[in-house]
Amino acid sequence: MKVFTARQAMGGKAGAKVRGQALVAKDGFSARYDLDRIGGTFSRPTHKLAGQSYAGKVLVLETSKGGVASAWMLREMASRGVIPLALVLNSVNPIVAQGAAFGDVTLLAGFDEDITAAIPHGATVEIDPATRSLRIVDPMP
Amino acid sequence: MLAGEHGPAAKNAIAHQVKVGDFFGAADLVPVTQAHIMADTESLGRSGVEWLEALAREDPKARVRVPTIMDPRGTDFAKASVLGHSDWMLDLERRAIAGFKALGIFMTDTCINYQTIQAPTRGESVAFGDTGVVVYCNSVCGARSNFEGGPSAIAAGLTGRTPRYGFHLDAQRRATIRFRADWTPVSLNDWGALGGLIGRLAGNYWAVPVVEGLGRVPGSDELKHFGAAMASFGSSAMFHLVGITPEAARLEDTGGDGLPVAHRLGEKDVRALQAQYAGEKQIDVVVFSAPQLSLYELRSLAALCDGRKFVRPLLAITSPQVKPEADRFGLTDKIEKAGGHVLSGMCFYQSYAREIAEANGWKRLATNSTKMVNILGGYGYVPLLASMEHCVEAAQTGRLP
Repeated sequence: MKVFTARQAMGGKAGAKVRGQALVAKDGFSARYDLDRIGGTFSRPTHKLAGQSYAGKVLVLETSKGGVASAWMLREMASRGVIPLALVLNSVNPIVAQGAAFGDVTLLAGFDEDITAAIPHGATVEIDPATRSLRIVDPMP
Repeated sequence: MLAGEHGPAAKNAIAHQVKVGDFFGAADLVPVTQAHIMADTESLGRSGVEWLEALAREDPKARVRVPTIMDPRGTDFAKASVLGHSDWMLDLERRAIAGFKALGIFMTDTCINYQTIQAPTRGESVAFGDTGVVVYCNSVCGARSNFEGGPSAIAAGLTGRTPRYGFHLDAQRRATIRFRADWTPVSLNDWGALGGLIGRLAGNYWAVPVVEGLGRVPGSDELKHFGAAMASFGSSAMFHLVGITPEAARLEDTGGDGLPVAHRLGEKDVRALQAQYAGEKQIDVVVFSAPQLSLYELRSLAALCDGRKFVRPLLAITSPQVKPEADRFGLTDKIEKAGGHVLSGMCFYQSYAREIAEANGWKRLATNSTKMVNILGGYGYVPLLASMEHCVEAAQTGRLP
């Protein structure tokens, strides 16, 4: 299976590899404006993942959006165990990177191809922050 | 510091900065002169407040090394009943305030610090934590800051430095997308709408719009609305206005002369964006906020309110620095005699906007803030964008003209 290498990477707790199901959309990510953080679903009606549960999933999205609140919110989401397993983005702003650092969330960003087009929605993927890589384990949902 | 010689709070702060700096390929850290923290309790949640309390408990001597100030809080205690805030919100707010004070942070509670506390100067490196503050200070003041989320801004206060990446670097401050304005905005909501439009088209944090063709030099409040909306719609952190902003005396100073004109924007484009927030005429509440109002905005608002009687709530939200002056000059009195409320030290959307709506039955919200209409849709409101004049008229009649 093809391996995708990111230009930027950050490990979660202990920098370990993570494996999970990918939710993929050509849309943005903002913890404050896109999510029902209590219910653990995408809540902004116009978001392409609206209604889908993000807890424990690898989110593969276009870019980080919105204001600075996400820097606090990822840790708050982690404290309740309702948090994505990892974030994979074509581009990332400082807020989500700072929030991932604060909340120990695995993060990859910046690829040679459009990562939202390269990963099938529902595929099982494995992320290794140490090698900045994402591997498709099983392309079928 | 990383070895812990300056205490555990500074050690954790610098470790966080190294992690973020490594992610962005920062070569080193840059000393900062000021930090500004966005930390409303809705964002912190209980876990954030507990983290803050633990910081002070585990390192009682921890103090910020540079002047560190605060973005709007989650309530105005004097007006909490007007907003319908619950006791648990106020309790969490008090705990957060105590935690920040223990670190030596000044509770300025403002997102217009560049108008009220101390504007940074050209080339000054700072660590600011509100998108509207950052975009204004980078673009209008010529200062240097990335978006610093709450934990990173606290870290910068504790260490007196921040990772040198992004808008601390000359290369990142060059224009990447060129706009030509065929029309110059008139009112604050026009400036906001133009900013929002450019932010939406620019699309991400790393894009730097350069705009040519504006027919006059905008004032601070106009640029405040322009930048805040751009940052909200586009996550933008910097713009250039040719012949106006300090790093754009000439188009070629920004590198924009090497770019094709990507978009020409006229009055019809601004009106089209505004039309997206004009779905209803009946309103439940009028809110002026995001960013907090300057003394001059309150002056304009007070003149419009003078002698009226409102049938809908009107909230005007300013900073704790401006509020006493508004009181002293009789502006608060004029607004409140008409039935409005002048609040300070908070911002509407950072103050449990969803719960406020449920507590008061507010859904259709009129405002002249383009930033706020972009945000409040996600909180269940029907946000309506109009001029300050039309918003005041709506408070009097219950209906936008």
